[in-house]
Amino acid sequence: MRKLLLGPGWVRAAWMFVAFGGIGLGIVAGLRYAAGWYPILLEEPVVLISALVAAPIGFLAGLGAFDYWTNYVLGKPTPEHEDHSGHGAKSWKDYFRVNTDHKVIGVQYLVTTVIFFLIGGMLALLVRAELAKPQTNYFGPQTYNSLFSVHASLMIFLFIIPAFAGLANFVVPLMLGAADMAFPRLNALSFWLLPIAGVMMVSSFIVGAFAGGWTGYATLNSTHQPIGAIFFNQGVQWAGASSIMTALNFLVTIITMRAPGMTFWRMPLLVWANFTTSLLVVIATPFIAGSQFFSMFDHVMHTAFFTPVGGGYPLGYQHIFWFYSHPAVYIMMLPGFGIMSEVISVFSRKPIFGYRLMALSLMAIVVLGFSVWAHHMFTSGMSNWLRDPMMITTLLIAIPTGIKIFSWLATMWEGKLHFNTPMLFALGFLSMFVIGGLSGVMLGAVPIDVHVTDTYFVVAHLHYVLFGGSVFTIFAGIYYWFPKMTGRMYDERLGKLHFWLTFVGFNLTFFPMHILGTEGMIRRVENYPSRFESLNMFISIASFGLGCSVLVFLYNMITSWRFGEPAPANPWRAMTLEWQVSSPPPTFNFDEIPQVVGSPYEYGVVGAQHAILAPSKAPELEEVPV
Amino acid sequence: MRKGSIVALLGIGLVAGGVATAVALIPTWLPVDASRQAGRIDFTFWFVIAICIALFAVVAAAMIYSVVTFRAAPDDLEDGPPIHGHTGLEIAWTAIPFVLVTAIAIVCGVVLARNDAEGANPLHINVQAQQFAWTFSYPDAGNATSPVLRLPINRTVVLDMRSLDVIHAFFVPEFRENEDIVPGMVTHLVITPDRLGTYPLICNELCGLGHGLMRTQAIVMSDKAYDTWVAHQKAQPTTASSG
Repeated sequence: MRKLLLGPGWVRAAWMFVAFGGIGLGIVAGLRYAAGWYPILLEEPVVLISALVAAPIGFLAGLGAFDYWTNYVLGKPTPEHEDHSGHGAKSWKDYFRVNTDHKVIGVQYLVTTVIFFLIGGMLALLVRAELAKPQTNYFGPQTYNSLFSVHASLMIFLFIIPAFAGLANFVVPLMLGAADMAFPRLNALSFWLLPIAGVMMVSSFIVGAFAGGWTGYATLNSTHQPIGAIFFNQGVQWAGASSIMTALNFLVTIITMRAPGMTFWRMPLLVWANFTTSLLVVIATPFIAGSQFFSMFDHVMHTAFFTPVGGGYPLGYQHIFWFYSHPAVYIMMLPGFGIMSEVISVFSRKPIFGYRLMALSLMAIVVLGFSVWAHHMFTSGMSNWLRDPMMITTLLIAIPTGIKIFSWLATMWEGKLHFNTPMLFALGFLSMFVIGGLSGVMLGAVPIDVHVTDTYFVVAHLHYVLFGGSVFTIFAGIYYWFPKMTGRMYDERLGKLHFWLTFVGFNLTFFPMHILGTEGMIRRVENYPSRFESLNMFISIASFGLGCSVLVFLYNMITSWRFGEPAPANPWRAMTLEWQVSSPPPTFNFDEIPQVVGSPYEYGVVGAQHAILAPSKAPELEEVPV
Repeated sequence: MRKGSIVALLGIGLVAGGVATAVALIPTWLPVDASRQAGRIDFTFWFVIAICIALFAVVAAAMIYSVVTFRAAPDDLEDGPPIHGHTGLEIAWTAIPFVLVTAIAIVCGVVLARNDAEGANPLHINVQAQQFAWTFSYPDAGNATSPVLRLPINRTVVLDMRSLDVIHAFFVPEFRENEDIVPGMVTHLVITPDRLGTYPLICNELCGLGHGLMRTQAIVMSDKAYDTWVAHQKAQPTTASSG
């Protein structure tokens, strides 16, 4: 009993959640009483300090995320060397505790993010239900605005960004030939911050969800919104902290934990992609943290960072926000680029075309990605002259992106193409991302943007990039590494069915939005002129079909995980290191640290090897996939 | 590369480009254009669309051809040829997009500069946005106010826009003009209407619960009708209203 209450776990998490919430409440009440401010229990500071800051810290502490560090600080005995007590999973229960195994954390990330993907998807279907008819049908503006705001926030902060972090968590250490990430305890903590952020954003519906759009522009969001707005401000902090910690972990892991012989120019492009993504995250994420803190201070403490009446500058919010949120677009793209390079090379049975230029174009996107933020603000009222340089950098960033697309096409050229589900999603990605990229060039051209800003053209573009782009690569990655993660094969026929339903449903849903946008239908409104009715009805019906495709995916994942055929170590005959160990890999990945001797993509090169795993087996060349 | 494959590639590219062109031409993509600025913006639109269709056709041709031609049988365990790269190709697909985006940037720069030109003696109109209503006032007409925007045809108008509370945006799809109205600032738009008619004027920046209802009209009037309206407003400045 004593162990159950005081030992790390869900029971301690529950009571510490309540206790810390109480402490937070006490601090606010005490300070307000001492200062003579009435009412003592003012809603905003109480909710902020008690529910959104203190209680989650209590939850994390109860779960045991801080145990090692608190013991260390308190001078209690801590193992001098990691005893691996929190490592690995023997039963499903081990996925519900603070686990330091990067493979367990990877799966925790993916399952959590898929759950939020489902919630976010259902919110999107509610949005489409409302939009099927022109007038206000089921939801008033407050509810409708909350639906699309929470939809976007969940998809961005709780699905796309962390799903990539989950895939990379599982795969990157294996690809590097490392036993784990550089900081396993930090890794565990960064995962557990995530459900907190997600629950915060979803539960804002209880108090009146934030309804200012996921962009949360001041001054609407900083002064004119219900209390749910601070759930968004604070949810972003938790998700952002998680993101920064993971990115730091990836950077240190990639720089310091490469196996002998794994030079930067021998790293798989997935590792390159996560290296560059992590650079973006570490540099950019503090900016959105700042913007949300300032906006929240304006809301709760009546400061005037963005309120003109007190000397604030509303456009300042947008500049800081987009200084993160444009690089965030690449945070949501580059890991997908990495997955594409792996999948296309393996299923084309050819080396990746122009490996070095592929890696360099990732770096080019990182650098250019920081110089384009104000293209979200061409019509914001900022100085007119600023539009020209921002347009030029925006158009230039199409070049490294184009290099990647052409190089993937060249990788397929004269290859031996196998159309397994990951490859289908890769091809789906290529075609959809080309359309999204071209509509991006159109939006980058200022005169066109002036007309279609904040219309459904933008909605179409961003879904082609983030759904046709990012989500397709996430699906490709999940199918590709499913055998490695679970030790079982997924059902290929269901996988293909899922792909075709998604591909067709996606295009029917989002392509017509381009036309609605150029014709002048604006986004973020629940009623619209009746001349747009037929197209909207069509889109809504298609979106429900798209929603159903996810059921096929879920069914396939759940049944295959339980009953699928046992997976061989290397079902795709890939050369990267994660496929050279068993499926699923042993707890510490490699019995002996591998010696890397060549490129990871030498398909078709007779006798080529990426790495030598166990010295005794090295001379047996016939074991090498040729 | 064999001759047959070049022909096949070209064929697929032409078909893909044809389909994309049909998609571009058959639906009505843009509302009528009712300002000089709109004409230039539409030109930019079709100029960029043409480039996009060409690029789309190239990618579609390469991809469809590969999928059809290089499909391997499931039991074919061979690898493809170990081609690691081709410097000439890589330079080409860096340089050609560079030329294309440079062309786009130049066209856009010129269009922007022309669309922002106020010309000599523009007509200034004050736009005031607030949750959830528009007010237009006319310094030239004794500061007469109107809940709809009245504009004389073929005269360049500069809108000086202010917001009383949160960010709003002025959007008339037929003018192809869109600009945020930010509290604490004055933002500007230049419009030269060139088609008589009544067009929807909508707020295009989420501004609160009534955002969807923050709509009014822009009416482009003949010079004569506009002058009559102004004269009418000046005659009764105290009750100045929509008229």
